[in-house]
Amino acid sequence: MESASNPYGVDISQAMIVERVALADWLLVFPVALPLLAAAILVMLRSRPKLHAPIALAVIGVVLVSNVVLLSRVLDEGPFAMTMGRWLPPFGITFVADTLGVLLATTAALVALVCALFGSTSIDVTGKRYGFYPFLLLLMTGVGGSFLTGDIFNLYVWFEVFLISSFGLLILGSERAQLDGAFKYAILNLVATTLFLIATGLLYGVFGTLNMADIALKADGLREEAPLTMLATLYLVAFGMKAAAFPLHFWLPASYHTPRLVVGALFGALLTKVGIYALLRTLFLLFPEEGGALSGVIAIVAILTMIFGVIGALAQTDIRRIMGYIVISGIGIMMAGLALGDRMGLAGTVLYAVHSMLVMAALYLLVALMRKAGGTYSLSELGGLYRSHPLLAAMALLLVLSAAGLPPGSGLWPKVMLVKSALDGEGGWLAFAILLSGLMTTLALGRVFALAFWRPRVDGAVVPATPLDRSGMFALVLIMVPILWIGLYPEPVLAMADAAAASLLDPASYSLLVLPAGGGS
Amino acid sequence: MKTLILRTIAPYLSALMMIFSVFVLLRGHNDPGGGFIGGLLAASAFAIYGIASGVASARRAMRFHPMAIAGSGLAMSVLAGLASILFGVPFMTGLWAPPIPGIEFELSSVLFFDIGVYLVVLGAITSVALALEERDDE
Amino acid sequence: MIETALSILVGIFFAVAVYLLLSKHTIRIMLGVVVLGNAANLSIFTAGRLTREVPPVIPPDLYVPEIATANPLPQALVLTAIVISFSLFAFLLVLAWRAYQDLDTDNTEEMRIAEPKADPLPPLSY
Repeated sequence: MESASNPYGVDISQAMIVERVALADWLLVFPVALPLLAAAILVMLRSRPKLHAPIALAVIGVVLVSNVVLLSRVLDEGPFAMTMGRWLPPFGITFVADTLGVLLATTAALVALVCALFGSTSIDVTGKRYGFYPFLLLLMTGVGGSFLTGDIFNLYVWFEVFLISSFGLLILGSERAQLDGAFKYAILNLVATTLFLIATGLLYGVFGTLNMADIALKADGLREEAPLTMLATLYLVAFGMKAAAFPLHFWLPASYHTPRLVVGALFGALLTKVGIYALLRTLFLLFPEEGGALSGVIAIVAILTMIFGVIGALAQTDIRRIMGYIVISGIGIMMAGLALGDRMGLAGTVLYAVHSMLVMAALYLLVALMRKAGGTYSLSELGGLYRSHPLLAAMALLLVLSAAGLPPGSGLWPKVMLVKSALDGEGGWLAFAILLSGLMTTLALGRVFALAFWRPRVDGAVVPATPLDRSGMFALVLIMVPILWIGLYPEPVLAMADAAAASLLDPASYSLLVLPAGGGS
Repeated sequence: MKTLILRTIAPYLSALMMIFSVFVLLRGHNDPGGGFIGGLLAASAFAIYGIASGVASARRAMRFHPMAIAGSGLAMSVLAGLASILFGVPFMTGLWAPPIPGIEFELSSVLFFDIGVYLVVLGAITSVALALEERDDE
Repeated sequence: MIETALSILVGIFFAVAVYLLLSKHTIRIMLGVVVLGNAANLSIFTAGRLTREVPPVIPPDLYVPEIATANPLPQALVLTAIVISFSLFAFLLVLAWRAYQDLDTDNTEEMRIAEPKADPLPPLSY
């Protein structure tokens, strides 16, 4: 390799990586490369939809395992980076495995696995032929790439990758309501990513680099002369829109209830959380001081998002649309941690993101099973499911408690951390809003449980105890395991969230990780 | 657009455009050109053929479904990037085969990546174009 | 000088894009999206500094350019953004066309299939 890497007799170590890359470092690329490859192969196999589910499940399983190994390596040996194409950072595109990114990527892979399993029976052959699994894998590629990349323009590209695949998933079935919802979703998300692109272009004009580690290093020197607060605000608007934060959330309730519910589960679990992740990266890693200056605005947005989200949920009678508003309310709670900006608050946000991914996916899958059992989405018609489907009722109760932030679910701990952080600081209003939204979430979801499960049907009919499909029930049980695990034994995930928060508050160590020499050009 | 002139000339024009698209693709190895622009040229060749002779015969001429072609291109690009796992260099590093004496051509993973891009663009754009043309036929 | 002119042009593009995006009709919204994408590309191009008539090409037998050249990176970014927005727009065009055919309207205020007007109002079944 030595002779091949140096064919011109020039010292290339100034421009290129010359050390051999350890095989273990490749774990960092697998969450992106493997789903992309599998999506390509499934597109080629489009005439054989029966093969799609097994191949997709196998690949997502491998990605999940590789993510878990990667996570344990990051926890044991610390974060590491890999720069593509041998160019030295900041010129090559860097992928970074730190606790925050890998923890969220692992959770995303788990959610994708559960949804792929659920889709194997709930998506019909036409849907599979249309490309449910290739789109799912492409979505996973985009989400995984967003969590692992260390380059802000590359982050934009991954945003577009999962945006395109989400378009495809959204109109799976081509119903009229889907076209209606997809149009609003597509336009507003396109505007958000364009804002992201504009901010990135201006950022390049100011910094002359797109590597996040390099930007974090250079931000200090440019603080006096460059319009960094404007950049931070642009990112706040762009990612706030992606995350469905209050005044910019209208695309979510307009579209999330229209696609197949397993698609809704994927969207509700993953897409908005990528927005929160991007906010964490930009406001804390890149622009810590400007992010701090914006904390007042973020706090107001957070309070309005969590309260208006849950008011929306209280007003609905369609259980699918209730879940859409619950997603929005959760975004508000994560924004609260962003507004607080201390270590415990950020750890609460990270933990809430993990919790919300799992619980929102589970809630959408629950809605799908409730529809199968009860035959309708309308709360005024559903009823009597407790008697006919006791196992489903038990899981529904656990999920309601978890989403509302009550024990034994996973929602308790992040809320405890956020409330404690708010009370320790000067965020009394935030603490009050978090508790109030928790109470209202209990009401909104408790109403679902009380009406659909406890109450007998209004027309007096007895709900037949139709057996629900096994892989669907199995998928729901599978995702309940981590939810209860986080609820009952939170220490490991809590430690990870704390490590992620600590690294967010220490941009210098992130920069050192990518640029050991202390900066490029 | 079913004029006699277009119908007569379209097969030759498409064939010419296909050859030119491959030329542009290979030229991109060292000069301006490359997979994206080559793929666009090839896609427009099929689009013209579809306009002149009907979407059904354009699809027959492609033999495979356009999306399957795009998928094969995507797979090729990813594999070209993953090839560097065997040489201990980071993902997506360009790898060059040792030059063969007497032949002035360097075989590389970059070329395969570019061919992959060509196929992705060809497949995806043709798929959209043919779908829109089909709508016109109705 | 040219930067100022381009900045003003970018501003005009944004104004036009926002005006069109605020329209009720899908076709105008689509045009607004196109103009917005171009405004973004032009602003990246301008923000990446403009250098005239020095293409970033390294002469043969050299490893670094002799003189300061134009920065190729903003152009690469714009190219990437154009490719992405092109593919998104192709999708959006097909989607809008399908929506227009199936919903029989291009007025967004009448696109109420996903969120029907006749939904029962709360309080209901409390």
